[in-house]
Amino acid sequence: METQFPIKRIIDDEGNVVDASYCEQLHGELAKELYYHMKRIRAFDRKAISLQRQGRLGTYAPMEGQEASQVGSALALGQDDWMFPTYRDHGAKLTFGAPMVETYLYWNGRAEGCVPPVGKNIFPPAVPIATQLPHAAGAAWAEMRKGTRNAAIAYFGDGATSEGDFHEGLNFASVLKAPVLFFNQNNRYAISVPIEKQMNSETIAQKAVAYGMPGVRIDGNDCFSVYFEAKKALEDARNGRGPTLIEAVTWRTGAHTTADDPSKYRPEDQGKEIVDPLVRLERFMKKNSCWDEAWIVEIEALIKAEVETAVEEMESYPKANVEDLFDHVFAKMPTQLAEQKESYLAHLKRG
Amino acid sequence: MEMEVKEIQRENTATQLLTIVGAVNDAMKMLLESDESVMILGEDIGKNGGVFRATEGLQEKFGTDRVVDTPLSEAGIIGTSIGLAVNGFKPIAEIQFLGFIYPAYEQIMTHVSRLRMRTMGHYTVPMVIRAPYGAGIRSPEIHSDSTESLFTHMPGIKVVCPSTPYDAKGLLIAAMEDPDPVLMLEPMKSYRAKREEVPVGKYTVEIGKGKRVREGTDVTLIAWGAMMPIVEKAAQQSEKKGISCDIIDLRTLYPIDREIIAESVQKTGRAVIVHEAHLTGGLGNDIISIINDTSFLYLRAPIERVTGFDVPVPFFALEEDFLPTPARVLESIEKAVHF
Repeated sequence: METQFPIKRIIDDEGNVVDASYCEQLHGELAKELYYHMKRIRAFDRKAISLQRQGRLGTYAPMEGQEASQVGSALALGQDDWMFPTYRDHGAKLTFGAPMVETYLYWNGRAEGCVPPVGKNIFPPAVPIATQLPHAAGAAWAEMRKGTRNAAIAYFGDGATSEGDFHEGLNFASVLKAPVLFFNQNNRYAISVPIEKQMNSETIAQKAVAYGMPGVRIDGNDCFSVYFEAKKALEDARNGRGPTLIEAVTWRTGAHTTADDPSKYRPEDQGKEIVDPLVRLERFMKKNSCWDEAWIVEIEALIKAEVETAVEEMESYPKANVEDLFDHVFAKMPTQLAEQKESYLAHLKRG
Repeated sequence: MEMEVKEIQRENTATQLLTIVGAVNDAMKMLLESDESVMILGEDIGKNGGVFRATEGLQEKFGTDRVVDTPLSEAGIIGTSIGLAVNGFKPIAEIQFLGFIYPAYEQIMTHVSRLRMRTMGHYTVPMVIRAPYGAGIRSPEIHSDSTESLFTHMPGIKVVCPSTPYDAKGLLIAAMEDPDPVLMLEPMKSYRAKREEVPVGKYTVEIGKGKRVREGTDVTLIAWGAMMPIVEKAAQQSEKKGISCDIIDLRTLYPIDREIIAESVQKTGRAVIVHEAHLTGGLGNDIISIINDTSFLYLRAPIERVTGFDVPVPFFALEEDFLPTPARVLESIEKAVHF
């Protein structure tokens, strides 16, 4: 199966172009856009970990190492497409247009973090594993029925492929020919369980065969490969050719969450050979004369300021309103709930 | 199906003689006709018209895009319905039997019921889940569950359970018009038990309102769905013994109509709650709490419950022993009255 689903890449670890058919499309503007977003979400991510360590943020799920997968796929989306992320895909969300302040707020236990920005279809992050796959199939089906060319992307990890909802989502989408990109980030661990204990298949991409949909296995740390394969799958989806399963093979550099210690389950030297996706893109840019030191300094300053401002705004955000505990459960609050609210507010008032 | 409709004129209002399942079918036809965004999803609901024929004729009339035979996949049905619902459609999802809903429980618990709350009202799930429930028709095992309290316990979803054709149609239309998700439990034992005149055209029965179906003074009987004929029989038998029963058909299981319960119990001072679901964790406990909160000082006897036992719903050879019977209800009525 590994031979039938070889890992596709456009640039190698050294930044050399290994698929010449893309040469003309690998222009400096695209490289810079990818680099900027990868740099930006890394800054967000590292800051989040640091804030959590200082007790200024709740438990946080880092995504360092997966930047190429998240940015490449998110930049491939159209304005009106639907995004169904998991709790580790805030990099993809940020790239697609979720505001940084709200994204930090999510990790600080605030529902405001699930409210999508105006004009963007970003579903709240799925916490129960794989449950978002049928949602993506449904939202894409709705687009199809409305006669639009919009598609949906569903993010999920390697562990999600063991869930029933993985099957139900892919099966529905393929039966309906719904315009969905099932974008798997195989970072090889579901918390502590390695991929070989997760499944007996050699690849995740091969599972697509069972659904009669294309399955593509790509180097998830090669942002170009991610970007172009995602574009192609989305284009197929828009043209009525149904869903695609992409397996982006990547690596979670850090812990599952800030409450996790990967040294308990990952051999110390595992993953050491993996080249950082940003370094890899940097090497490409340097080899292709689109590395501009002045520009790097400029974006670094921009990103630093953006992150600092976002953190400030997050920390000075109005306190969570206790009424929000009750107000968003139903459109019209049932009497018994209204009484619970009233009684609790009265209790608070009494001090 | 048994839907040949006999339209008659009564007080200038056109009605038709329908069973519960016929009324459910009629409600869905109204909804599909009046709102382009309404869709029906389920297993065997299209060409086959549903295993109970609740969707008979609908795919033929409204097409395969709107009345969809889905893969055999409860979580898939509910999960894709969520995607449709947040993206402009109003799905009615049929789960073939309530006992088959459990694979979809995660979707209902973690998404359907809390998406509004999670997004502070930005994404909502205006969908209806329909599920036939209950024992007493000699179904194979697992087809006869009555687990309404798994859903009334779930914040963010409403649960209704009609016992008559009129209420079935009115509640289903109300459920679809409700901006929030509604689970409608349909008593399969009563699906074709009786016909009644049901108005032609659209009307709603308000969600959250029970109905007094018999006036009485000595004891309040509270039930819903397939237990209504049981309590009615028990009330008739009580009458012969000189006991007058006030009967409440709850119709909505969340949010429960507390006023109608309080008003009745304050009049009678006694209550017998009847449900076919298991005793422990059953909805009867919530009803007792409502009586406790509203009418404690009016009580003249401990509140009685007649329910299914704390055992899995059995194979059908013993299902009549599992289900509350008029005789068991009558015993509890007498126990309450003679306390």
